[in-house]
Amino acid sequence: MIRLEKRPRPSRTFAWATPLLAVLATFFFGGVLFALLGKDPVQSILTIFWQPLFGEFSFFYRPQLLIKGAPLVLIAIGLSLGFRAGIWNIGAEGQYIMGALFGAGVGLAFYPAEGVFIFPLMVIAGAFGGWAWAMIPAVLKVRFGTNEILVSLMLVYVAEQFLASMSLGLMKNPEGFGFPGSRNLQQYPSAHNAEIITNSGMHWGVVAAMIAVIFAYVLLARHRLGFAVRVTGEAPRAARFSGVNPGRLILFCLGTSGMLAGLAGLFEVSGPAGQVSIDFNVGYGFTAIIVAFLGRLHPVGIVLAGLLMALTYIGGDIAQSQLGLPAAAIQVFQGMLLFFLLAFDLFTNYRLRFGRTEAA
Amino acid sequence: MDLSAINPILLIAALMSAATPILLAATGELVVERAGVLNLGVEGMMITGAICGFSIAVETGSPTTGFIAAAVGGAVLSLLFALLTQVTLANQVASGLALTLFGLGISSLLGQGYVGVKPPRMPDVNFGPLSEIPVIGPILFSHDPLLYVGLLLVAGVWAVLRFTRAGLVLRAVGENHDAAHALGYKVVRIRILAIMFGGALAGMGGAYISLIRVPQWTEGMTAGVGWIALALVVFASWKPWRVLLGAYLFGGITQLQLNLQGAGVAIPVEYLAMSPYVITIVVLVMLSADKSAAPGSLGRSFHASS
Repeated sequence: MIRLEKRPRPSRTFAWATPLLAVLATFFFGGVLFALLGKDPVQSILTIFWQPLFGEFSFFYRPQLLIKGAPLVLIAIGLSLGFRAGIWNIGAEGQYIMGALFGAGVGLAFYPAEGVFIFPLMVIAGAFGGWAWAMIPAVLKVRFGTNEILVSLMLVYVAEQFLASMSLGLMKNPEGFGFPGSRNLQQYPSAHNAEIITNSGMHWGVVAAMIAVIFAYVLLARHRLGFAVRVTGEAPRAARFSGVNPGRLILFCLGTSGMLAGLAGLFEVSGPAGQVSIDFNVGYGFTAIIVAFLGRLHPVGIVLAGLLMALTYIGGDIAQSQLGLPAAAIQVFQGMLLFFLLAFDLFTNYRLRFGRTEAA
Repeated sequence: MDLSAINPILLIAALMSAATPILLAATGELVVERAGVLNLGVEGMMITGAICGFSIAVETGSPTTGFIAAAVGGAVLSLLFALLTQVTLANQVASGLALTLFGLGISSLLGQGYVGVKPPRMPDVNFGPLSEIPVIGPILFSHDPLLYVGLLLVAGVWAVLRFTRAGLVLRAVGENHDAAHALGYKVVRIRILAIMFGGALAGMGGAYISLIRVPQWTEGMTAGVGWIALALVVFASWKPWRVLLGAYLFGGITQLQLNLQGAGVAIPVEYLAMSPYVITIVVLVMLSADKSAAPGSLGRSFHASS
């Protein structure tokens, strides 16, 4: 007879081993999935996880790791603060879009003027856009107790419609021969989020992600506010007794995560994506949720998880072109990872007992 | 702009059809939440149901078989959620999100060969001369069978929750799982059954979109209907008849904005398309003051040791 027994305190070993176990299980079942799709499982896994790092064309793919990883890490860091405190911002995708629109809007407004002040202004506008969009669920929750999960998610759909309206209307390239989408910011030097070191993948978004990681680490480990975040998540009642103001914490967590998501959107639209178009967003805001959980809501873990997820995107693209693996298979793969992570997390808080149940 | 092109009778008939996917999914989620489980994976189960129903209906040529397959598909996916939250005691919010992300992925994987295919049509129920009655005929007696199934399910769920022993046990589990456990009810088993019921209904709601409303398969075609269904359960204060009211309200808004788009109103299409989501938020704000109706154990994990 196997039964579960609650551990007196969560196991630290399992807290760190769970993500590794989940990755291994996902490799296995992902392989089964690829085999069912008629692909060689070993070759598929190697194509996704080995080729971008050590394959023939790795010099091309390695920089991509930073380009795809940076927005994921940036968004996930923000989300992790809220998730730790039990504040669920599910609408990072919307905040990402709004940040991109605000930032790109400022940049396009200055076109064709040149100046060193333009890009910093765009960064501020991008951060503001994401922050403002996240403030809607935050204020509604503080003021009326509205569920932030549903409101932030509804706002994703609103933001997507807004993006469509902008790229077909106000921000459409007047010299674009009627094609949807804005001017290409990559061809507008003052607004271009160019690589800082050529061919390294290192752009300002990567720098911002690094700063965010350090900031979050210090905040959680050393600052009073980080303590408030942790206590609120683990023991809400104790948090209230220790003088944490829940309203201000909600505003802070949602605001910060919105701001970071907005920044990620701005750096993407002014750099790798280049222009505001209907589908410039590729769901980083949702994948970042997986990144945050896989990284155990810990800044260092999130960096590792973000790089792993970036790898699945890059490797997925390669597998798509070389093996004809459908793009959706990677999405399933990412979803599976989160499933296994949540399932194995059982062993952090519980242990298995074998043998007969003793009398209590 | 020509508002006279909007026929109020046809609008009411169409809103009933527009409301049915939300109604089915929300009724299922209502049962799940009354059992004390918060399943945020409705969107994922709906889209999975949409493709399961669509593909089976295309392969067999029978929409009815398609709907059964959709219910099975939704229930199987929800079983994953049940496994995570009831057996491995994972956080329900995170597991629900995982289910939605996974469902979106698996549905586009399954749906690859079905883009652009036309599904078999489900004929309307034949009420004979009843559908000839002016005004009432087109509104009440000219729909597909699933729409009536939706209405019957609302009535059924209401009756079961209110009048039967099974309903009482389900509500007891949702209100206070420790007390229900102490009385000897199998909390985990009851919850798993409730979750599967919710999954089946969400799957049917999704298939209603892909087989009757649109009818076509496109990736991510449920476009947030599952989330609106979740909001609707809150709006309805966990009461079946209010779910019906809410679903028709949202169906009405969706249909009206579609008709306004068709009539060429001076508002850009994108802003009209935003309206159902914005109105959902507004309604949530207006109703969020009253949480007294929420089941007591909603969203909490249950383990017999604690």
